[in-house]
Amino acid sequence: MKLQQISLFLENRPGQLREPCEALAAAGIDLLTMSLADTAQFGILRFIVRDPEQAKKVLEDAGMVVRMTEVIPVEVENKPGGLAAALMAIEGAGLGVEYMYDFGAASRSGKAAIVFRFEDPDKALAALEAAGIRVLAMEELLPK
Amino acid sequence: MSIWNDPPGGFHPVSAPDYLPREQLEEVQLQRLQSVVTRAFDRVPLFRSRMEERGLSPTSMASLADIARLPFTVKADLRDTYPFGLFASPMEEIVRLHASSGTTGKPIVVAYTQADLDVWTEVMVRSLVACGIHRGDVIQNAYGYGLFTGGLGAHYGAEALGATVIPISGGNTERQLMVMQDFGVTAICCTPSYFLHLLESAKETKIDFSKLRVGVFGAEPWSDSMRERIQDESGIRAHDIYGLSEIIGPGVGVECSERNGLHIFEDHFFPEIIDSETGEVLPEGAEGELVLTTLSKQAMPLIRYRTRDVTELVSEQCPCGRTLRRIRRIGRRSDDMFIIRGVNVFPSQVETALLRVEGTLPHYQIILTREVGLDQMEVKVEVTPEVFSDEIRKLESLQHQLEATMENVLGLRVKVTLVGPRSLARSEGKAKRVTDLRTV
Repeated sequence: MKLQQISLFLENRPGQLREPCEALAAAGIDLLTMSLADTAQFGILRFIVRDPEQAKKVLEDAGMVVRMTEVIPVEVENKPGGLAAALMAIEGAGLGVEYMYDFGAASRSGKAAIVFRFEDPDKALAALEAAGIRVLAMEELLPK
Repeated sequence: MSIWNDPPGGFHPVSAPDYLPREQLEEVQLQRLQSVVTRAFDRVPLFRSRMEERGLSPTSMASLADIARLPFTVKADLRDTYPFGLFASPMEEIVRLHASSGTTGKPIVVAYTQADLDVWTEVMVRSLVACGIHRGDVIQNAYGYGLFTGGLGAHYGAEALGATVIPISGGNTERQLMVMQDFGVTAICCTPSYFLHLLESAKETKIDFSKLRVGVFGAEPWSDSMRERIQDESGIRAHDIYGLSEIIGPGVGVECSERNGLHIFEDHFFPEIIDSETGEVLPEGAEGELVLTTLSKQAMPLIRYRTRDVTELVSEQCPCGRTLRRIRRIGRRSDDMFIIRGVNVFPSQVETALLRVEGTLPHYQIILTREVGLDQMEVKVEVTPEVFSDEIRKLESLQHQLEATMENVLGLRVKVTLVGPRSLARSEGKAKRVTDLRTV
């Protein structure tokens, strides 16, 4: 299942990461997972929450520029070589990876979840299924 | 009073008008004003129609005070009549064209007859003499040669003075320093920020410039503290020179040995200070916008040209003996144009570039700084929802595209920084687009 990831533009200066986190906290929104991409000049904070529309509204109301992007959570074996095997299948399916980050091993025994951003999410979804890679649903990612 | 204040050989017969008694000078000014207004009225349709609208004719100039009745000329008039609409001489009599560094759309074209070039040369000789430069001096002319008036203006003046000119033009710091040392350069003409850059490089490479005595610095605003720094670090005497292509080029005014204001060569350029809002002429000593009338220009006379430079006129007698009135050094402008590395930039040009890349106009701010002696321009651009991407490379590509487009539009390298939405200060009323931090 595709997830709506929220991304935010951050300047490279103190307080930039705290402000959106505080806005989300005030609205009682829990961050399920996040990743920060950075350059010398600026950064992009990407994260996943249960209700992305609500989070988007909260952040926009706080004056931030928000973007929603479709990402795909993929299950991999939580052992050496687990990610490599999944990447091998993704490569074999000819999918271009824009970026990826860990969703945390969570409580799923022996399994880990990785969030992928593919060039073409719909094509990727079909290709992943065809390659026998399990795509996770939101319910499976929530903390137990 | 001593006209011998200038260093040995400093008094030059060409400088005689600098010392005219005021009444005599004003007589010359009135005669020339009447003749230039007649010329502009007879030969330039724009001036004629504007004067007629006000019921004025060339005979209306009975005294110097009547100049205030004449309509202003503004930079847009030069653009609107591009390229030759304000010329008062046929091309057969025009021997030189220069053009402004303005790079959006059409530049501003200025023309000179041989007599105009002679006047230009004369005021440049008088400028160099006022800076204490004379025959025997070796002048490194590091102003750009070409369409820009700086290089050639200083060049002809220096040659006519009888000094030795090295027409090295701008750029290539290593070669500049080699020439400075090996040719025993005693005087240099360039922008003050470029000289600071030369100084720093000279220190690193241990170049000997002990013969260098005088700097004639212009084409950008600079402060007294920058002068102190230049003088302390180099041991030379730094003079400010003022000019603008529309009027003639460099040599409209210059600092004498006192370096307390710039003498305007009033026998050729008539200065007024006006309130830039109302257009009213302000009393002596009041700060306002400098307006200049070319009293002897043939090819392109300009009547009451609004320079947008903010200063004040000082008529108090200068200890150097010159009777020419002075303007205080120019620190700011009445519009939001700024000059960086000799290039005139309007915020509207930055907006043109932003619109070209983004399609809509984001909030932005221009920051000017002086780093290692060189002026730097940074444009902070707020990220809008339209251009924001979750991919680093797309944002970086946006940033590079903005930089490339601005360089293309402005003709100079600009650093673009993407900043968060609503992170730039909003001012009430007119937005303050330019923050000038260029102090040394």
